[in-house]
Amino acid sequence: MSFFEIFKNTKKDASASMAKERLQIIVAHERATRDGPDYLPALQRDILEVVRRYISINPEDVAVNFDSLDDYAILELNVTLPETAPAQE
Amino acid sequence: MAKIIVVTSGKGGVGKTTTSAAIATGLAMRGYKTVVIDFDVGLRNLDLVMGCERRVVYDFVNVINEESNLKQALIKDKRIANLFVLPASQTRDKEALTKEGVGRVLEELRESFDYIVCDSPAGIEKGALMALYYADEAIIVTNPEISSVRDSDRILGILQSKSIRAEQDLEPVKEYLLLSRYDPERVNRGEMLSVGDVEEILAIPLLGVIPESKAVLKASNQGIPVIHDAESDAGQAYADSVDRFLGKDLPHRFLEVQKKGLLKRMFGG
Ligand SMILES: Nc1ncnc2c1ncn2[C@@H]1O[C@H](COP(=O)(O)OP(=O)(O)O)[C@@H](O)[C@H]1O
Ligand SMILES: [Mg+2]
Repeated sequence: MSFFEIFKNTKKDASASMAKERLQIIVAHERATRDGPDYLPALQRDILEVVRRYISINPEDVAVNFDSLDDYAILELNVTLPETAPAQE
Repeated sequence: MAKIIVVTSGKGGVGKTTTSAAIATGLAMRGYKTVVIDFDVGLRNLDLVMGCERRVVYDFVNVINEESNLKQALIKDKRIANLFVLPASQTRDKEALTKEGVGRVLEELRESFDYIVCDSPAGIEKGALMALYYADEAIIVTNPEISSVRDSDRILGILQSKSIRAEQDLEPVKEYLLLSRYDPERVNRGEMLSVGDVEEILAIPLLGVIPESKAVLKASNQGIPVIHDAESDAGQAYADSVDRFLGKDLPHRFLEVQKKGLLKRMFGG
C-alpha cells in the first residue's frame, strides 16, 4: 500500500454490496424453481413469447413458481406489466 | 458408526482438495481412524496435496471393479497414524463410479473407519453426484465471490434432493459452510463479500473461515497438508474448524485485517 492509499482507504468501493443484492435475487429465484418440473424454464420462455406479441415486457417480468403439496401442485404465473405498456405494432 | 463427510462446492478451484486433506488430517491427528477418498476421476490431485503421489499403485476404480482389494489400494499416511488415502483413477472414464460400486466400497470402509472424507470434483456431473450421494454430513467450501456462492446454493439443492438421505426420506444431510480464501482487507474496502453476507445468503451453520494464505501454496508444494503448519493462519483456521466439527465451541478468527506497522503501511508490504 502506498503513502497516498492510506488516505484513500476510507473511500468504499461498493461492488461487494452489489454482488450481495444480485446474489439474493438470483438465489431466491433458483430456489423457487429448483424443486419444480424440468419444463418450467421452457414454459416461462413460451409465456414470455406469447405476452410479447401484445405487450413489450422483459424476461424478468415473467415469474413462474411451482409448489408441490401433498396431493396436488400449484403452478403460479406472474406477469408484471409496465406502467405504460406500449403495445407492439 | 462411521460418518461419511463430503467436501463439495459446485465451483472448481475454491479449495475442496486443500480442505479435504486438512480436515482428514486433523481428524486423524485427534485420534479418529480416517480415510480420505479422491472422487475426481481423471484429475487426481489429492495424492499430491497429501504427499503420497509416488506411492499410488491401485486406485478407487480398481477397487470398484474388483481389480484390487481395499487393503492394496489404501495408502497409509507417512506422518499420522490412523490416516489413509484412496486415490482417484487417472485414466478410466467417469462412468466407472457407479452407485452400486461406490456404495459397496463405502460400506466396507465403514466397518473399520470412524470418518470417511470424500473430496468431490467440481461441477454437478457424475463424479460430484457420487461423492455426495452417500454423505451423512457435507462441508460446502465457498469463496466470498458471487459465482462461488451461487454454485454452493445449487449444490445445497442437490444435497437436499439427490442424496440417498433425501431419496429415502431419512434425516437430511448435515450441512456446514466453510468460507475459504477470505481476505479481510478486501472485505473492509467493500470489494469482497463478508462472512456475514455469505452466511445470510446460504443460511447454513458456519464451520470456519480460512484466510487467503501463502501457507496453502507452500503446503501443497511440499505435499504436507496445511493443518500441519501450526504457525500459519490457514493451519490454525483449519485446526479450529476440525475442533468445531467435533463439537467444540470456538470463536472465529482471522476475520479482521492483521495490523501492520506504520512503516510497512507507508512503504508497502
Ligand atoms: N486459503 C487459501 N489461500 C490461498 N490459496 C488457496 C487457499 N485455498 C486453496 N488455495 C489454492 O487454490 C487452488 C485450488 O485449491 P484446491 O484445493 O485444489 O481447490 P478445488 O479442489 O476446489 O479445485 C490451489 O492452487 C490452492 O493452493
Ligand atoms: Mg480438487
